[in-house]
Amino acid sequence: MTPNGKFGVIGKPLPKVDAVAKVTGRAIYADDMLLPRTLHCRILRSPHPHARILSIDTSAARRIPGVQAVITGADLPIKFGILPVTQDERALEHEKVRYVGDPIAAVAAIDEEIAAAACDAIGVEYEVLDAVMSIDEALVAPKDEPIQDYGGPHNIHKLVALEFGDVESGFTRADHIREDVFFFQGSTHLPMEQHSATATYMDGRITLWSSTQVVHYVHRALSKVLELPMNRIRVIGAAHGGGFGGKTDPFAHEMIVCKLAMMTGRPVKCTLTREEVFYAHRGRHPVLMWVRTGVTRDGLITAMHFRTALDGGAYGSYGVASTFYTGALQTVTYDIPAYRFEGCRVFTNKPPCGPKRGHGTPQPRFALELHLEKIALDLGIDPVDLKQRNFVKAHTRTVNWLRVTSCGLDECTERVMTASGYRNREKRPGHGMGFAISSYLSGAGTAIYWNDMPHSEVQIKVDRGGVTAFCGAMDIGQGSDSVLATIVAEELGLQPADVRLVTADTDTTPIDLGSYSSRVTFMAGNAAIEAGRKMRGMLIEAVAAKMKCDAAAIEVGSGRIGDFSFEEASVLAEGRFGTLTTAGSYTPPKIAGPYKGSGVGPSPAYSYTACVVGLDADARTGLVRVNKIWIAHDVGRAINPLLVEGQVEGSVYMGLGEALMEEQAFRKGLHKWPSMLEYKSPTFLDMPEVETFIVETVDPEGPYGAKEAGQGPLLPVPPAVCSAVYDALGVWIDEVPVTPEKIVEALRRKQKGEPARFGPARFPTIPYPPTIKVEPPPKDLDRAAAASI
Amino acid sequence: MKQEVLREVERVVLALDVNGERTELLLPVHKTLLEVLREDMQLTGTKHGCELGECGTCTVLIDGRAELSCLVLPIQVEGRAITTIEGMARGAELHPLQQAFAELGAAQCGYCTPGILLSAKSLLETNARPSRDEIREALAGNLCRCTGYSKILDAVELAAGRMS
Repeated sequence: MTPNGKFGVIGKPLPKVDAVAKVTGRAIYADDMLLPRTLHCRILRSPHPHARILSIDTSAARRIPGVQAVITGADLPIKFGILPVTQDERALEHEKVRYVGDPIAAVAAIDEEIAAAACDAIGVEYEVLDAVMSIDEALVAPKDEPIQDYGGPHNIHKLVALEFGDVESGFTRADHIREDVFFFQGSTHLPMEQHSATATYMDGRITLWSSTQVVHYVHRALSKVLELPMNRIRVIGAAHGGGFGGKTDPFAHEMIVCKLAMMTGRPVKCTLTREEVFYAHRGRHPVLMWVRTGVTRDGLITAMHFRTALDGGAYGSYGVASTFYTGALQTVTYDIPAYRFEGCRVFTNKPPCGPKRGHGTPQPRFALELHLEKIALDLGIDPVDLKQRNFVKAHTRTVNWLRVTSCGLDECTERVMTASGYRNREKRPGHGMGFAISSYLSGAGTAIYWNDMPHSEVQIKVDRGGVTAFCGAMDIGQGSDSVLATIVAEELGLQPADVRLVTADTDTTPIDLGSYSSRVTFMAGNAAIEAGRKMRGMLIEAVAAKMKCDAAAIEVGSGRIGDFSFEEASVLAEGRFGTLTTAGSYTPPKIAGPYKGSGVGPSPAYSYTACVVGLDADARTGLVRVNKIWIAHDVGRAINPLLVEGQVEGSVYMGLGEALMEEQAFRKGLHKWPSMLEYKSPTFLDMPEVETFIVETVDPEGPYGAKEAGQGPLLPVPPAVCSAVYDALGVWIDEVPVTPEKIVEALRRKQKGEPARFGPARFPTIPYPPTIKVEPPPKDLDRAAAASI
Repeated sequence: MKQEVLREVERVVLALDVNGERTELLLPVHKTLLEVLREDMQLTGTKHGCELGECGTCTVLIDGRAELSCLVLPIQVEGRAITTIEGMARGAELHPLQQAFAELGAAQCGYCTPGILLSAKSLLETNARPSRDEIREALAGNLCRCTGYSKILDAVELAAGRMS
């Protein structure tokens, strides 16, 4: 920042630092790599959703010319998993398979066709077990055996029951109580790039290039499974072709190529087919939800009871965290004085679910927004008014101990109300508008595994006028490299293009926990500011000494430091201090509440979004045409408004896909449509115009006030679509995707005088454990904490 | 005892004209143009998302028309002008579409970008000032999961304006 308080590059719509590499085809993605003598790997996967493996015969595969190695579960027996509490996956299963697509054996051969032929030549004898394919089936005793050997009863993986404040008395105080049931179908990330990894092994060291969102977590998992110390493993994130949460787990193919490279002494590469990507999944959990809320006559919430049941698929993945997330963030948008949450995740014989953009929160957001719309109708209050009356206030603690800092909900709502004309909209059949809000984390306040390390570290080296920033962060297309370069450039008075970056390489960059939970701008950004300010201080000190003036008088900007060019200043500083390196790190504040499970939900800051969807819905065909979406997003501060708009628009697109068409559905254990043609996702023709408003509340702890932008704006879209369908046709579609069949069926029910709704009829009986009662936080908790520092 | 090679592979010598350069290659006849570009010619700017003609990612130009290279056999296109993303810039100078995509943030992860750029180039060669709906129609076969398409539409419009 210059002395007059104006930013040099923050807030400017500059092109991304990797834009030219991407528009010229020169960015090297994982599958673009082909090292000399590379062997190609294919993986044999289970054709059964649930079966015991009786025998595996690889002898015929090994005899095929060109096959260099064949491995099975006996070669990689150590279990792994992203969460310490669910180490339940093997790179190759040799005892039991739990979903169609579970990996069993792998081949390295001189070309991909030979590797595939060798996989076909592997004989596997199975004892097929009864498959569990739904939440209801998972809640009862299995015919054969449970899918996993932990959890329970039956196929229940995780149960949670928490109560904050006095819910019963909250309901007693209510003038009106309403209950609703909703279902949010699962969907998959569908990144354009299929997962790919290449490993080499030389001199006792493994190097892996992979399309991953988190090099650090892959690094840890490889160390465990390969039984090598972390200093013998290097993980490098290649240019990334899209993640959306789908490349956040460590994957079997990453371990397999490493093992095969160790066995053959040659580079080994594996690229998943599109069908394999559908089965690798880790996407949106299908979630069934029940919510009961008490309100006063004026629509103020007195108590809420929220229940969720998550269809987790066959393995743990992030599932324990996902379960808590389905109950955590309800309170950061609406002031809920007493709140009870009961959550349940079950195992089913389907590809494991995990984190997809919004991780565990779009589903309850969908239920919550529609539920409040219905309550508003019950009370005869405008739904926008009812929601606004309950908005959380900035700088408060929620009943479940989540610390809210900046909050732009009111401003976001006003922006979309004004632009869309929602309040004065013309009411005519077949045309509707819907409104919804949301919030999301700017990074999780706790890491996936317990450790005391900072969540992000940045180093800066200045040398011969050149600036290099090092950080473990992985740019997955959202522009985290550009954000880092912009922040370093801001502090040193340069342009982002002047900053060279080394990122996502476990050998050469300090730790960053990677691209998930919308954490990079906030956490790596703050680390970059610290490192940048230290470097700026050294440059200023050297220049001030040379100019024989006070350091405070030195101006930094436009490539100059005081009277000197940046290059001259760097030479002066190097002469004065020796090698010029600085470092910064970021650790989130310890603000989690005093209860088990409180690690899920806290974030140093929450983004806020408001959205209006305008659409036409045809009562005869059930077809919905979305005409326009207005969305306002409180990003705190837009470090680069072009990138913020891109994240908001991309989130809207993905939310619209989930609202109208995307569905990860199965028949007899098989994915119904594991191809990009049959798995419907919005094309250019399906996407309406989106009008984006950036709201800047300047968060006190964000880098220059910035918060997240990449996930929160997805969340309000599905409920706003359903509200708009109700506005247009007078029927509630209480589940996504909102397909024409569901609308037509709801209209038919309405005509017959039945409830004008399509959605789940009931919520199952779940053996929740005794509720853990948690006292709400004291009123002045954060003020007291701030005073004690 | 080792088995014989699994199958007989028929190979053919073909001369391909890619980005104005003629190259002779000995190729298995069943190998797709996508595979030949990426694996035999190291032109990895052409990406792939499905290899079934569903996603548009592998789009290249054949005699100026946008085609899916995963559905084309090299033997079909011998002697025809093939343009990949590597052939779009003039030397070090970006094509106006590439420039506009970079300026407006139309490439996020960038994986679908080469295919979309080539589809857009093909459009602008037949329709210099397309309407927004015409751009949508022309690019409807190219999926993108990052951008929500808005910035891509803006970039094609910007480039079209600058080119005409």
